[in-house]
Amino acid sequence: MSTNKITTQKVNFKVFRFNADEDYLPYYEDYSMDVTSEEVVLDILNRIKWDYDGSFSYRRSCRHGICGACAIKVNGRSTLACKESMTTMIEYFGNDLTIEPLSTKRAIKDMIIDKGDFWEKHAAVTPYLAADIDENPTCENLVSPHDAEELNDADLCIQCGACHYACPVVEINSDFFGPAAFAAAYRFEADVRDSDSQRLIDVNEEKQGVWDCVKCFECAEVCPKDINPIEKITKLHQMAFKKGVAKNNVATRHAVGFLHSIKKHGMLDEGGLVLYSEGAHIVKHIPVALQMFRKGKIVMPWNMPKSDNLDEIQKLIKSSSTVKF
Amino acid sequence: MKKLKYALFTGCTAKQSTPEQMMSTLAVARKLDIELIELTEASCCGASHLQDYDDFLSLVLNARNIAYAEKHGLTMVTICNTCQLNTAMTKHRLDRNPELKAKVNEKLAEVGLEYKGTSNIIHFLYAIIDDFGLDKIKKMVVRPLSEFNIAPFYGCHNIRPSELHDESHKQKENPYNPTSLDDLIIACGGMNVDYEEKNKCCGFHVELQAPHTAAVLTGTAIAGATDQNADMMVTPCPLCHLKLDTQTKSASEAIGREVSLPVLHMQQMVGLALGCSPAELGLKHHVTDVNFV
Ligand code: SF4
Ligand code: SF4
Ligand code: FES
Repeated sequence: MSTNKITTQKVNFKVFRFNADEDYLPYYEDYSMDVTSEEVVLDILNRIKWDYDGSFSYRRSCRHGICGACAIKVNGRSTLACKESMTTMIEYFGNDLTIEPLSTKRAIKDMIIDKGDFWEKHAAVTPYLAADIDENPTCENLVSPHDAEELNDADLCIQCGACHYACPVVEINSDFFGPAAFAAAYRFEADVRDSDSQRLIDVNEEKQGVWDCVKCFECAEVCPKDINPIEKITKLHQMAFKKGVAKNNVATRHAVGFLHSIKKHGMLDEGGLVLYSEGAHIVKHIPVALQMFRKGKIVMPWNMPKSDNLDEIQKLIKSSSTVKF
Repeated sequence: MKKLKYALFTGCTAKQSTPEQMMSTLAVARKLDIELIELTEASCCGASHLQDYDDFLSLVLNARNIAYAEKHGLTMVTICNTCQLNTAMTKHRLDRNPELKAKVNEKLAEVGLEYKGTSNIIHFLYAIIDDFGLDKIKKMVVRPLSEFNIAPFYGCHNIRPSELHDESHKQKENPYNPTSLDDLIIACGGMNVDYEEKNKCCGFHVELQAPHTAAVLTGTAIAGATDQNADMMVTPCPLCHLKLDTQTKSASEAIGREVSLPVLHMQQMVGLALGCSPAELGLKHHVTDVNFV
């Protein structure tokens, strides 16, 4: 129990309002309130509904960060309303706060959105254990603590969607599975009891899979459960190589190309990497490459800089490599 | 104040596609009387792609780079957001996991090195702000950039994941409302431009495998800055720079709108304000011309 004194400050809220059945366009309503340091974002949503407008709509159920229903955006940041303290929000963004649904373009009524794409993506990664289970077991099917740790807390995801609607790729590429689906895929891939052989292949497909993640870490930053989806995405990449299901394509060659470059120069050979990754498709990069060349931005192969003590690097690559492609 | 001294991890682009980034780093260091010892033995950090392939190997290679900074007894300074991320992430993991650290050190011992965990790792942006001090820079400005609206582009890997970066910074950076680069622009006499994309992704890391996604992100960022009347953008990350400076054609096509702005490296902006010459700062190495000097 905190012994800090409860403080109060005035906050101006700009709140997204929309009723898909009646409104042609969404609009914003202003509310000013005295907010105490003890309140969470959900308290504000409740007060808008109870004190100002009974028609104001939002999802919530557990009020304990368990059901995942209440995620919304405050000043563009995905947040779990029942867990996020108002003090933090004011510290982050000041006393003028904008409250919006996770995705304004998916809004149905006020904070309530159509999360259909999120669930579709989730369902598409085989989010369950595929295992031959003895229907009449004679003993428990135990998982050792060490094996359970391999899940890296991926099983704690509450499917709130905060990461999915914070992911820039989800907005651009509608095929992309998104961070939560990847975290779910990892949760089962990392489970020693699982025997599914298709899931890892699916999440490594081009366009929809892990290789289209831009590595922005938005998902890691927003997740209220500290799932760190990008960490799981990285592990799915590694698993694909380890289990030999990584296809030979521009994305995988791009990853492996770093190794070849470092082995040869210690440093990255930028041109060499693009050539190795793209193969014959290198031609499409020629116009930009020419512009860069004219500005002294391209180093010729015979001038490639090398790291000092390159022999050390080569020795370490030999002794420390754990994967083959 | 004691003279500041760091071990400089240049990363790979500074030696190849962004020579101006190297030039301006050295020029600014000279002006501020900061001593940089270049880690010429360092390898590529893996740029978070080697990490996708072979996690352990990338830890060993990054630990080796840090070990060289430790040998000098110096804080490591990076000049690329992605180098910063991968190097600091290695430190974070090894410092928290003695077992992993021992495994990595077993390998490093083969080449007579050891990772101890004694050197901090910071991006040059924060070395300037935290260690040198904005007030001092402000006093040294001889050519204030007062005519210019400058849009800061922070770059993902300097601000997220914030938990990691908080370990190396003296002052916390809020990933949703970062201020360091804005403060630096103001210290240089410029007007900082606020726009939605300033803390968003440039798309660099998927340029080969997902060119459309990458181009939309780049285009949206330049358009966002343009719409808030920016005369130029400034970034601490050479990878963001490459994207924003050299890829305007594909970016424009992807968003269906002609976009293009001069983009400065953070070091070039500081250098200009401190009176460095355009030649010293390598301004001629930009694909999108820097047409205001
Ligand atoms: S790191 Fe990848 S999955 Fe996570 S938000 Fe960014 S693009 Fe999406
Ligand atoms: S990974 Fe985190 S943010 Fe994403 S859906 Fe699960 S709990 Fe929510
Ligand atoms: S109401 Fe259940 S998670 Fe917020």
